[in-house]
Amino acid sequence: MNALAPGPVSASSILPLELDGVCFEAGGTRLIKDVSWRFGADLRTVVIGPNGAGKSLLLRLCHGLIKPSQGHVRWQNEANPARHQAMVFQRPVMLRRSVAANVDYALKLRHVPRRQRTDIIDRVLHETGLKRLADQPARVLSIGEQQKLALARAWALKPQVLFLDEPTASLDPAATHGVEEIIAAIHAQGTRIIMTTHDLGQARRMADEVLFINRGRILEAAPAKAFFEKPKNDLAQAFVRGELLWWNKGRDNRKNQPGLQT
Amino acid sequence: MTDFSDAISNALALVFGLDAALTEIVGLSLRVSLTAVAIAAAIGMPVGALLALYRFRGRFFLVVSMNALMGLPPVVVGLIVYLLLSRAGPFGVFGLLFTPTAMIIAQVLLVTPIIAALTRQVIEDLWVEYEEQMRSLGAGPGRAMPALLWDGRFTLITAILAGFGRATAEVGAVMIVGGNIDHVTRVMTTSIALEVSKGNLALALGLGIILLVLSAGINGAAYMIQHETRRWHA
Repeated sequence: MNALAPGPVSASSILPLELDGVCFEAGGTRLIKDVSWRFGADLRTVVIGPNGAGKSLLLRLCHGLIKPSQGHVRWQNEANPARHQAMVFQRPVMLRRSVAANVDYALKLRHVPRRQRTDIIDRVLHETGLKRLADQPARVLSIGEQQKLALARAWALKPQVLFLDEPTASLDPAATHGVEEIIAAIHAQGTRIIMTTHDLGQARRMADEVLFINRGRILEAAPAKAFFEKPKNDLAQAFVRGELLWWNKGRDNRKNQPGLQT
Repeated sequence: MTDFSDAISNALALVFGLDAALTEIVGLSLRVSLTAVAIAAAIGMPVGALLALYRFRGRFFLVVSMNALMGLPPVVVGLIVYLLLSRAGPFGVFGLLFTPTAMIIAQVLLVTPIIAALTRQVIEDLWVEYEEQMRSLGAGPGRAMPALLWDGRFTLITAILAGFGRATAEVGAVMIVGGNIDHVTRVMTTSIALEVSKGNLALALGLGIILLVLSAGINGAAYMIQHETRRWHA
């Protein structure tokens, strides 16, 4: 892969990202509970856990889309950390314009001059295999192509940190492979990856570091190899074995904790 | 029955013969209504977008009021504008009553709530879909607004066409504030009312045919736009 042209910004690193006692409440329910973690530089962190564990909320808190009810989210360079981040969502959101114009819009928002924009769009579309579709309306692409376009749009911004919220949840294996390759390429160019998935295979392929969360708490955080070979937490062990976690209120001694289906 | 068929053939002769009186009336109608719709769109679209994107005290009241105003009776609008523009009214000094400008003002009041209410709905729905992505890219509601209006363009054009349809079809407001003065403020709807009362069915029917064609044209355009939207933007 060719190195991309310098993105819209070049600045000192905004990493590490520190979460300090972060809680998030909605409708009187505490969905993220006292999460503290430090995201260092360079790695790919994969946040795993069952549906409803709080994975997506955690990403949105980190990215600043929602504010914590308690605690702090701190970036190293507090001046304008949002400018150095991008996020790709589970369902790609495309504007009603062409593929190229979707990337162009994101660059315009970051005040990238027109001449540079053309080069950047050309390269990201080439790298993501979408160049032939540049003039097509974005919303008629397949979901897989739209997700690649969402990655291209994020890549064009050359973020220091890229958040991905279950980017392959609705994709078939071929499209998943394509998306994973693009994520790997973005990472290879120095972007910090923080992603969620409930696909264990993907977590094994993509992760340098794993955060296992359940019911809004980080239950285990470990390097990927250690986590998958010997998870310490019993729920993490069950999750890695492929057992189903479900809510089992008041049935056993782990009241209000998920139970294990054995 | 013979009267009716005579009236139709005379009406068609007037339409296809580009009768001077008829073209003058149609021309004034279009000038008044197109100007009113352009002004209403310039006001209604930003107002609708602001109501869609920002939360503030009194927003609920404004949204409900605007929706209610979509069904504003033209004669009531005519009466209000008449009172405002009459000699004794607050804007009497401008001498606008019984001029095309007064008719444009009345139609702006009629059409703006329609365009604003439909715009609010379109933009609000789009914002639900786009908000997280826009905020992630660094655009809050203010910066995202032009893109939202652009992305809602096809539906918004339909809203504008609905406003134009209302403006060309109404008779109550333009009758009251325009006065239906020959060569000055006589438009299609007021002419039809007058000519029918005079028994001149040919001119009335000719104008009626043109109004129907306009209405069909507007609906056809709205349908085509929706069709193209689905084809190109899923």
